[in-house]
Amino acid sequence: MLAIKTEQLTYTYSQGTPFEKVAVDHVDLAIEQGEFVGVIGHTGSGKSTLIQHFNGLLKPTSGKVLIEGTDIWGQGVNIRDYRFKVGLVFQYPEYQLFEETVYKDIAFGPTNMGLTPGQVDDRVREAARFVGLSDFQLQKSPFELSGGQKRRVAIAGVLAMNPDILILDEPTAGLDPRGRDQILGQIKQYHRTRKNTILLVSHSMEDIARYAHKVLVLNHAGVAMYDDVDKVFSRAREITQIGLSVPQVTRIFMGLRERGFGVSESVYTLDYATRELLELLGKGEDRHA
Amino acid sequence: MGDFISADGVVFGYPKENGDLNIVLRGVTLHIREGEFVAVLGHNGSGKSTIAKHMNAILVPNEGQVTVDGIPTTQEERLYDIRQRVGMVFQNPDNQIVATVVEEDVAFGPENVGVEPAEIRRRVDGALADVGMSEYKLHAPHQLSGGQKQRVAIAGIIAMRPRCIVLDEPTAMLDPKGRREVMSTIQRLNREHGITVVLITHYMEEAAQAQRVVVMNDGKILWDATPREVFSHVQELKEVGLDVPQATELCWRLRQAGLDLPGDVLTEEEAVAAISKLLEEVRG
Repeated sequence: MLAIKTEQLTYTYSQGTPFEKVAVDHVDLAIEQGEFVGVIGHTGSGKSTLIQHFNGLLKPTSGKVLIEGTDIWGQGVNIRDYRFKVGLVFQYPEYQLFEETVYKDIAFGPTNMGLTPGQVDDRVREAARFVGLSDFQLQKSPFELSGGQKRRVAIAGVLAMNPDILILDEPTAGLDPRGRDQILGQIKQYHRTRKNTILLVSHSMEDIARYAHKVLVLNHAGVAMYDDVDKVFSRAREITQIGLSVPQVTRIFMGLRERGFGVSESVYTLDYATRELLELLGKGEDRHA
Repeated sequence: MGDFISADGVVFGYPKENGDLNIVLRGVTLHIREGEFVAVLGHNGSGKSTIAKHMNAILVPNEGQVTVDGIPTTQEERLYDIRQRVGMVFQNPDNQIVATVVEEDVAFGPENVGVEPAEIRRRVDGALADVGMSEYKLHAPHQLSGGQKQRVAIAGIIAMRPRCIVLDEPTAMLDPKGRREVMSTIQRLNREHGITVVLITHYMEEAAQAQRVVVMNDGKILWDATPREVFSHVQELKEVGLDVPQATELCWRLRQAGLDLPGDVLTEEEAVAAISKLLEEVRG
């Protein structure tokens, strides 16, 4: 089943004014249920505008958005249902915390969904567990926490709504390598357990390479590529041309190929790169000896 | 050349509600010479932004001393002299832009300190040329990309004619292209204009471009050496929650497996050269 489908989706900002700008231009896209998709594109490529259509925050200027087969702007559809079905974590979400305690902040979403207090409690604790927050931290004020912890509270607030589709807009911006690995590891674990659909918007090609299965590349308000990670990163030259980059290991392997070595074209993680080189260099087996 | 910024035994804490200090810097000694390009690394909470804020007297030490061009930062009456010498650029370009036209934004600083109009014109044009934004001088800042906005923010600092620029994660919110634009601007200012640069960053590939890397951990300096030396400590860097560039880590892993590679590979070109050599030997 398709989690997200768009048909000729177009969105124009400030239509009919001198500032008119087409941010999403006739996009046809089909994302299968359960995929973990990395979304990349430079500033102004239309990625934020596009993802805001998936839970109905923006209404298409023309074209359609179908979530799990339903046209969310169709007759008799309650758009509010899709705000819960599709969870959106914005950039720097910690600025949106507002409650007295971490618990209440995470509970805000599920409470609004009309769940019973018992169900809300289950949701809050489960979401807190996914992002590694302790019971003790649940009772604290969100403002007593560190930046990385606040970020995790904000993510938990969206997880607590148990969305079928989870969209995260640069969830690791401004975090150090350890904080980044923690949050992405937790999201990966969540995906593995829930088998829901995840869209991860990131400027870090290394992170996309490590966590996503598919990559959606946006450029000039349209889809430039949508394919498996290895296939996308094997088109390194095109990706660089549109102002993006590929992981450094991918560039190293490109350099080796240019020197005439028969290494594979689609290397995008350190693990894979290490394994392939060790094999080529005759160290493949005795590595652990 | 002598030290331009000197921090000696700096201890600093942010006051807590009960009046105690939450100690962030635990005795930091750091000397930066005029014309250097120094990168500062460290995980969140390591104290790297706090030491940066000591470099133009946004913060002053509880113990120890910081001097800028010989002026102690505790001399309040010389605050202007210090800030005129050391400009700061922050993470979010949107919070640093004050005007509705690019050139007016760049002129804001010099206007405030009473620079002559003709001189302001010269400085603004010069600063915008230095960051490669001259053709946008009449644009509205909000219509620029993140990288362009950050370059406008840097131009606003350059127009003050500082001798040193401290940048606190200037590329954290930018896309890869914006990041490249800002980094090459910083490089050029350092190389061509001799401006001292202190770059706080989480990106190891950016730190690798500096002449010197300072690693902070738990309010102290853990390493202070060339990028090549610092990044050869792969294991220890990982232990303090940091990374090394992928080129360095790949070669390190291959060395761990017993292959004969140099232990101080820093760039992708060096990695390609080192690995090629091994592959050639195998090919025979």
